[in-house]
Amino acid sequence: MEGVLHQIISGIATGSIYASISLALVMIFLATHQINFAQGEMAMFSTYVALTLIQAGVPYWGAFVLTLVFSFIAGMVLQRTLLEPLARAPVLASVGAFLGLLLIFNNIAGWIFTYTLQPFPTPFGAGAPILGGMLSRHELGSTAVTLVVLTAVWAFFRFTKLGLALRGAAYNPVSSRLVGIPVARMLSLGWGLAAAIGAIAGMMVAPIVFLDPNMMAGVLLYAFAGALLGGITSPLGAVVGGVLMGVIENIAGAYIVGTELKLTTALVIIVVVLVFKPSGLFGKTLANRV
Amino acid sequence: MTQSNSRFLLILFVVAAAVVPLVFASGYQLFQLTLVVAYALSVLGKNLVTGYGGQVSLGQGAFYAVGAYTAAILMEHFNVPYWATLPVAAVVTGMVGLALGLPALRLGGLYLALVTFAMAVAVPQLLKYKLFENWTGGVQGIVLNKPDAPFGLPLDPDQWVYLFTLSVGVVLFVAATNLVRSRIGLALMAIRDQPLAAEAMGVELSRYKTLTFGFGALFTGVGGALGAIAVGFVSPDSFSIALSLTLFVGMVIGGASSISGAVYGALFIVFVPNLAEEISKAIPGAIFGVILILFMFFAPGGIASLLSAQMRRFRAAR
Repeated sequence: MEGVLHQIISGIATGSIYASISLALVMIFLATHQINFAQGEMAMFSTYVALTLIQAGVPYWGAFVLTLVFSFIAGMVLQRTLLEPLARAPVLASVGAFLGLLLIFNNIAGWIFTYTLQPFPTPFGAGAPILGGMLSRHELGSTAVTLVVLTAVWAFFRFTKLGLALRGAAYNPVSSRLVGIPVARMLSLGWGLAAAIGAIAGMMVAPIVFLDPNMMAGVLLYAFAGALLGGITSPLGAVVGGVLMGVIENIAGAYIVGTELKLTTALVIIVVVLVFKPSGLFGKTLANRV
Repeated sequence: MTQSNSRFLLILFVVAAAVVPLVFASGYQLFQLTLVVAYALSVLGKNLVTGYGGQVSLGQGAFYAVGAYTAAILMEHFNVPYWATLPVAAVVTGMVGLALGLPALRLGGLYLALVTFAMAVAVPQLLKYKLFENWTGGVQGIVLNKPDAPFGLPLDPDQWVYLFTLSVGVVLFVAATNLVRSRIGLALMAIRDQPLAAEAMGVELSRYKTLTFGFGALFTGVGGALGAIAVGFVSPDSFSIALSLTLFVGMVIGGASSISGAVYGALFIVFVPNLAEEISKAIPGAIFGVILILFMFFAPGGIASLLSAQMRRFRAAR
């Protein structure tokens, strides 16, 4: 029993990281009906930026904030230059652009920073595991950070005028434009936010899995599964789904299929959700107007 | 140019493609050309699914892997001669494609892209899985012997494998051309361009879509089997997501909705990395990415449509 509890608690810790990426994916999906296949590589690249800053002598939290600013701006620029023009293009074009970005980020990172695994510092100290040996300091700290971020994002969308404008631009661009919301600017703002949230997830997961250009492949797959499980149209669902995926990963890894089939577990969950309940736990059923 | 004229040119081109490398190309160059044919077949499978069928599949590398492993396992564990593995690989990948196509195509659009992307990421892990290790050779993979030329032909293995692969490729390209001109192909293009109208005319959407997924998998699988014979080695890590992405790049750059595009795409993905790798090992991927995005913006029809536009201009000028 002790073992199961341990798996669940540390599952919630990694799950909260998946949840942030899931949320970033859902934000972009809601605003543009595109799935950002490059979300993971963008986060990975941001994490390398953070590592470079830290190695240059910037204190951790300073590097953290600078990385967020960089990711936010980079996300906005990408949306403006690359994805805005493809907004009305067929699915193939946007998928192609995202895959292009994935390739570029992955290989540029490999080129500049090499493909060797690098340790990434944690700001929460090494120390002995806490909560009766259930959780490492880093796991507790990263869960706290992601919870703060998720709450802040929620509060931003729920209580601020800008958040409302962003939601309006995503749900009903035409009417939003009519009431004077600069929809295009809102979309790039959303992209910036998604990139910054991804960067946080990258910096939180890197101390656990070590940093390398392919670090995010598994994380992204679990975030996809989490977003679909929770319902790709629901930000709350994405967070719940992401956390659930962390727990499922741990339980399945420890008791059912072993860690060698980690990615396959995510694939199976994606297929099962899409075939049996495409709207996920919290999402709306998407209907095509005929 | 009349039709018989262009057919004559095409035959001339194929004969030249068979003879010229045999005389002039080195062993390594022949190997690269063999890979071009194998990749061309795989990209062709992708073109059928995406270009003609309008379904974005990112997991074609998985079918390539299934074809390659089918051939390798048959040769290694059952002593099946290399040429006899191809029909089996075709049937196996075709069945796998149909089986995966049924649930996948119910989803359509982005969801299909997502599922197939996940599939491509998960493939190496499945190939390494210990339950299948006796068959797949686990992480080590399977080493194969390069086949010798039969009937005492005066050809070395590289030359023979190239000729063999090229002949299979030509047969399958002709088959694909006929396929897209047949009822099935017309139905597919109707579905791609006007799904509603097509269905109203009595074209059974799900049946044709699943069928193309099966055919697409089949072509890619045969490509994979030929690739395995040419390389003489299969291992899980050669079938990572990078392979699926490479095939995707080949499809976009060659031209998704054309048959000949598969050849241009395959030439591109085999030879461009070779040139670029001299700068850095990571550069080919980045160049693929940049070129992919440029094509999405400026030439969504790929090289094939650029060429046919040139041809039209040339003919109009005359």
